Amino acid sequence: MTSDEKKRVIAKLEERYQQKYGRKFQISTQEAVPDTLWAYGLELSRCIGCRRCVYACVKENNQSRHDPQLHWIRVLRLKRGNLINLEDSEHYYDPDLVPEKGFVYLPVQCQQCQNPPCVKVCPVHATWQEPDGVVVVDYNWCIGCRYCIAACPYKGRVFNWAEPNLPREEINPSVHYLGNRPRMKCAVEKCTFCIQRVRQGRYPACVEACPTGTRKFGNLLDPNSEMRYIIDRERVFRLKEDLGTEPKFYYFFEA
Amino acid sequence: MEKWRDILNETWHFYKRTLTLVATGSKLYYAWCLSLIAIIIIGLLFYMKQHEIGLIATNMNDQVSWGLYIANFTYLVGAAAAAVLLVIPSYVYHFKPIKEIVVLGELFAASSIVMAILFVMVDLGRLDRVWHMLPVLGSMNFPQSLLAWDVLALNGYLFLNLLIPIYLLVKFYYRKNPNWKFILPFILLSIPMAVAIHTVTAFLYNGLPARPFWNASILAPRFLASAFCSGPAIIIIIFQIIRKVSIHHIEIEDEALFKISELIAYAMFLNLFLLSAELFKEYYSQTVHIAAFKYLFEGLHGHNQLVPWIWAAMTMNVIAFFIFLIPQTRKRLTTLNLGCLLVIIGVWIEKGPGFVIPGFVPDPLGEIFEYLPNLLELTVSFGIWATGLLIFTLLMKVAIPIETGAFTHTEYEKGMTTFRTR
Repeated sequence: MTSDEKKRVIAKLEERYQQKYGRKFQISTQEAVPDTLWAYGLELSRCIGCRRCVYACVKENNQSRHDPQLHWIRVLRLKRGNLINLEDSEHYYDPDLVPEKGFVYLPVQCQQCQNPPCVKVCPVHATWQEPDGVVVVDYNWCIGCRYCIAACPYKGRVFNWAEPNLPREEINPSVHYLGNRPRMKCAVEKCTFCIQRVRQGRYPACVEACPTGTRKFGNLLDPNSEMRYIIDRERVFRLKEDLGTEPKFYYFFEA
Repeated sequence: MEKWRDILNETWHFYKRTLTLVATGSKLYYAWCLSLIAIIIIGLLFYMKQHEIGLIATNMNDQVSWGLYIANFTYLVGAAAAAVLLVIPSYVYHFKPIKEIVVLGELFAASSIVMAILFVMVDLGRLDRVWHMLPVLGSMNFPQSLLAWDVLALNGYLFLNLLIPIYLLVKFYYRKNPNWKFILPFILLSIPMAVAIHTVTAFLYNGLPARPFWNASILAPRFLASAFCSGPAIIIIIFQIIRKVSIHHIEIEDEALFKISELIAYAMFLNLFLLSAELFKEYYSQTVHIAAFKYLFEGLHGHNQLVPWIWAAMTMNVIAFFIFLIPQTRKRLTTLNLGCLLVIIGVWIEKGPGFVIPGFVPDPLGEIFEYLPNLLELTVSFGIWATGLLIFTLLMKVAIPIETGAFTHTEYEKGMTTFRTR
């Protein structure tokens, strides 16, 4: 697409959103910043399972609020003594107070694989990896076959089984074409590391929302970044490394 | 100019006569077609609802994201592939009794493929964007995505299974000998293509390390073995029905049916053997990958919805194996038909819901969601099955009289403008 064509598409889309939601949107098409490869760090020993990240994500990324409510982040509650066997995890824990005694919490979202199985299986090139390493979806090109959902080992993708319910007053109008713009029914969506934010030098919403400093973010190609510091000094691991997907999502414990 | 007008006239006559042929029949024929059309309309109405509100109208969700539709798709691809079992003995080894009916088998394959494609279409969230999958016009992810491979393979196979029988039937209609030099390469090509469509469909699941239940190299061979059980079983039943209800005397000899049933015995042996090989590996090694097998065969953490189904399927398959193995039961129509029914249902459970659903249970993050299709999914599925049956019925209504010589060009040449039945 030439930049002229892009501008026309964006103008049309902004108009359509204006009609549908009655709000003025700014749809960014900002390209990847050169020499960046985004990566995420999550310090398991700090997470208290409060799910503030989950709801900050919903708000920032214009997910469907109800019937159904869509989450890009899932927090799994595991009994202490187990981190690998996810079959024993509880996804819908709901106590009055967190953290609960005897449990640890494992938040999971799209792991932004460097070798993403979801991209490989998509029959129509509706999803791809950007130069800064983020796997994105063109919601207007997705045909809703859900092959990517079957291929993802992390349940990183969620599907709009129905028309999303996005109340006008809860809309975040500052969006990116490949990120948090409002979606439509029966297309797939996923975490983009808040592409609309990180390409402008801000942190993803979940990183900002975390009250315990569990969540870290940075550029793998920058030797002075927070992520490089963590990988060099802490004990890091990645989920299901044996599948060869090369996630850019590092879990770690303080050394 | 004159010649072109002749050809146009010819074609018009052929269509007119075909339409009359299709539109006239016994009371039973009308009743059958009308009930199929009724089922199709009900299915269509339910599909309209799904199309309007989205796939939330089904029981699928983010945990079990494929369900009854994809299960039926998998089964029907197998049924279509099985037509090759008729092609090999008839065209390659010139086994005469089967040769008489091979055209019907190929039309059966074509109808199955149409159903398989329809099942994928109703499973798509955005049918309005299906053209994105087309080469050139859209942006097909070939050769990376196995779904792209499947689209090409299925359509290629559909093309072959329409071209071959239609070519032969047109030749028969004009009482001419087919040009074997032209059509034989296509016939031979259809044999590897049949294997290919089912292998590609198996690979579609097979290539996903996220789903250990499908990520076993034995999958494609198991797919082929089970397909060569169920497909021929359906064909045996259908041929007997045709023999009974058709007013034309079509040559379907018992000999042909028994030959096909012998092939089922071999295929079922392979099917059971491959399954036991897989079960041994999983149960003896007891790794985390056994979870889906446990869910299917014994229940997992108290979730055991599929258990009675899979054991029913296993029982049916084993009984059917012995029916087809023993010549006395194989060569008696009553027991043969019982065996066929057992195979058709047993394999449907095993490689339909019994194959697709456990791939999603437990899901990659260990969640267990028990999926059962809802009324809408069932109705839409019945609608598609009815569509396939209707297509097949109408094809038979024209193909059989051509094969028997009752419906030919010569009759019309003799100036017989009204259609005559024998």
